[in-house]
Amino acid sequence: MAMMEFITTRKDELVGWVRKFSIFPYPFVTACCGMEFMAVASTLYDTDRFGAALPRFTPRQSDMLMVVGTISHKEAPVIKKVYDQMCEPKWVMAFGACATSGGFYRNYAALQGVDKIIPVDIYVPGCPPRPEMVIDAIMKLQDKISRDRHPIFPFEEQTPVRL
Amino acid sequence: MTYETLSEKLKNLYESSSDSYGMLVLELPAANILPLVTCLKEECGFDLFLDVTAVDYPEREPRFNVVYHFYSSSHNLRLRLKTQVAESDPTVATLSGLFGSARYMEREVHEMYGIKFSGNDDLRPILLYEGFVGHPLRKDYPIDMEQPIVAYRK
Repeated sequence: MAMMEFITTRKDELVGWVRKFSIFPYPFVTACCGMEFMAVASTLYDTDRFGAALPRFTPRQSDMLMVVGTISHKEAPVIKKVYDQMCEPKWVMAFGACATSGGFYRNYAALQGVDKIIPVDIYVPGCPPRPEMVIDAIMKLQDKISRDRHPIFPFEEQTPVRL
Repeated sequence: MTYETLSEKLKNLYESSSDSYGMLVLELPAANILPLVTCLKEECGFDLFLDVTAVDYPEREPRFNVVYHFYSSSHNLRLRLKTQVAESDPTVATLSGLFGSARYMEREVHEMYGIKFSGNDDLRPILLYEGFVGHPLRKDYPIDMEQPIVAYRK
């Protein structure tokens, strides 16, 4: 039995290691943070070093939903649908102050943070965030993925890991 | 054509005129909007409809100002029209028969301020969504009142 647990643990580590270096992002770009997303994705900062620079322009092929910019109430059904279309495993990054908390918009139009409608794994503050902060967030997300449980078979018992 | 000849030509249709940073401003009753703008377009060469918007003065009666901006590309003149409408009957005649772009701008004024444009048959919401209650740019709309479409988590 101890042997099985050992194998399971090592398997989780292996799968986490694999998954953390192939985060295909889906950039849901709605506002000015998109400029910073372009900066962080292009040569000087280059998220490809972390395996996270191959934007998939369909949610069905992507692992990480990057919510880049203000989400309005009228747009909320769209992003919910995009999130629901993504295959497991999936992670969500709230990029910038507006996606994190609504930012300085507090009115009839703006959603007060995208975590009101979909679960968010990592928040990047800033208006807009520096590229270094985005890279830091990607590395923290990689840490989270590598330490997480990765059940491959549906009958594997899933115990939540507190990080 | 100058502002002097223009205001002379239109003098039966407006109540008062003033100058705002070099631009002619005419105030007129709501019933005169359509004849005055028809004259502007047909006879005075004002071929560009720049904007229509509204201003809310909650303590004043009548409550709303509807503000129009026009531009004449042949005379290089700009013109602002202001008219007042009451909250009980916030109705102005549409300009969509003269300027096609008025259709969309009037839709926006309609959803944001609740001003009706009689004759415009398409006043569906354009920036807001179906089911939105109230008019968010009115001063009595609570500043942080939200009307979410998607149910919140938890």
